[in-house]
Amino acid sequence: MYVRELSVTDFRSWAQADLTFSPGVSVLVGANGQGKTNLVEAVGYLATLGSHRVSSDAPLVRRGAAAAQVRATVVNDGRELTVQVEIQPGKANRARVNRSPVTRARDILGIVRTVVFAPEDLALVRGDPGERRGFLDELLVARAPRWAGVRADYEKVLRQRSALLKTARHARGDTSTLEVWDAHLARAGAALTAGRIQLAAALAPHVTAAYAAVAPESVPVGARYRSKVAAVDELAGTADGQDDVTGGAAHAELAAAVEVALLEEIGRRRDQEIERGVCLVGPHRDELDLSLGEGPAKGFASHGESWALALALRLGGFELLREEGSEPILVLDDVFAELDARRRDALARTAARAEQVLVTAAVDDDVPSVLNGTRYVIEAGTVRDGVAS
Amino acid sequence: MFEGPVQDLIDELGRLPGIGPKSAQRLAFHLLGAEEADITRLQDALAKVKAGVVFCEVCGNVSEKQRCRICADARRDATLVCVVEEPKDVMAVERTREFRGRYHVLGGALDPMGGIGPDQLRVRELLRRIGGQQTEGGEQEPEIAEVILAMDPNTEGEATATYLVRLLRDFPGLAVTKLASGLPMGGDLEFADELTLGRALAGRRGAL
Ligand SMILES: Nc1ncnc2c1ncn2[C@@H]1O[C@H](COP(=O)(O)OP(=O)(O)O)[C@@H](O)[C@H]1O
Ligand SMILES: [Mg+2]
Ligand SMILES: [Zn+2]
Repeated sequence: MYVRELSVTDFRSWAQADLTFSPGVSVLVGANGQGKTNLVEAVGYLATLGSHRVSSDAPLVRRGAAAAQVRATVVNDGRELTVQVEIQPGKANRARVNRSPVTRARDILGIVRTVVFAPEDLALVRGDPGERRGFLDELLVARAPRWAGVRADYEKVLRQRSALLKTARHARGDTSTLEVWDAHLARAGAALTAGRIQLAAALAPHVTAAYAAVAPESVPVGARYRSKVAAVDELAGTADGQDDVTGGAAHAELAAAVEVALLEEIGRRRDQEIERGVCLVGPHRDELDLSLGEGPAKGFASHGESWALALALRLGGFELLREEGSEPILVLDDVFAELDARRRDALARTAARAEQVLVTAAVDDDVPSVLNGTRYVIEAGTVRDGVAS
Repeated sequence: MFEGPVQDLIDELGRLPGIGPKSAQRLAFHLLGAEEADITRLQDALAKVKAGVVFCEVCGNVSEKQRCRICADARRDATLVCVVEEPKDVMAVERTREFRGRYHVLGGALDPMGGIGPDQLRVRELLRRIGGQQTEGGEQEPEIAEVILAMDPNTEGEATATYLVRLLRDFPGLAVTKLASGLPMGGDLEFADELTLGRALAGRRGAL
């Protein structure tokens, strides 16, 4: 797919910007702080309803404005759709598809699909497990939008059950309502866990291949889903990632097995959970283990290795989505400056295969010549476009 | 900010659901200019809504008398009970014209974050009804054969349904059913259109 038109209003530094893109390579060039990343961030927002840079929406609205608008027309297999989101911090987003309002903003997920790689992605390797869980969940949604619902359901049940646990200590032994929430947590949690396990298994070979292409030195890498629940972890170790993405038989079977394991563990840890008043069992405590050579990546990988591994995770996700036929838009935000000439070319070769790549760079020369395409010069809040090179 | 009573009225109106500060202001100034008789009628209605509304002794729905119109209607099947969260859900099911039984209004759904557990809902009353005990009025009711769980299709509604299923399976011979899937998930029963809700009701399935 590709974005044909992008229009933002009061988004970040832009009062108004309107850009027209073609399939292939588009490079936004301009000095730091001119608003290049802001533009690709807007495209990513339509795909995930979130920013790749900040967790809250408030910074996305231009200082002094009440709301931001992002609108894009995307072309997917010749079919054109226009999606639009109004971002008003503290309120629910309002979204439209082809100008008709949708019930929930979430309903637009899946229309724009992106894989964004940005300097912030170093946190995928160096940050908390939550970063890697978020990475997997975002990729699940890009694979099939229904995962947004699965994740939202789980988070809702988790919040409700946590609230109940906080009062359970005073409830004196009546666990009948707690058991209801146990069952729902196990069911919602199992669906999410099984999705992540299968995703991680399908993703791992692509990450390995991508790392080999962009790493400073060739070292075997591993990416494996880890659960704190031993029985679930065992299931994760034997998953083969061959299942379809929309919840086929293997998914249902795995989810059922995970559900049983979660429910048993919840039973075992009942007293501990009541004592501490928090949910101790479930996918909100899981991890995507990344390894380099013999050891874990986190805490051991050098800056260059961490960076290459983060890039490999994104490129691996991109290859997986492509293999499954969904052809996402690839966004490379400020990445070429970090790479030596050999790895620049390796990345450029992968990127050149995408139906559309949006690249931002401070200097034109940083972008390898394989990525010839349209240049957009971003300067002082204006876009000068159509400069072919 | 306006002065005195006008601002008080704006504040009070603004606390109503679905009314933002702008609408509250518009309503307040409309009332300020309204005829004396209109204001009196509104005052009357407001005063009666708390004092004059009773809850049906059988089903818990809002009612004018001790027993609501549905529970007092002999043509309705008293062996069939549809359990809903709120009075507005009774209206939603009634609109489908698919249902000829009676209701039981829980008064909400399990919601630990909101401090709502089974004791805050009319669960005990439901069990008493199914157990065939007499109502407060002292009349013997026919035995209930089927309970339909029609909670909102969201996390709290589903948890409530699960909770009730666990309680109701202890009644021998009682059929417990749930609405067929097909209602938009995450939603509210009252927002489902008649056709969809009617179909979900007709296609209900055993929940035990
Ligand atoms: N909410 C906002 N309102 C106004 N300006 C903003 C807002 N958020 C970011 N900016 C400005 O945007 C600029 C950074 O834009 P960015 O796209 O990251 O630059 P670059 O071209 O280097 O990628 C900074 O000058 C910053 O002050
Ligand atoms: Mg930037
Ligand atoms: Zn009644």
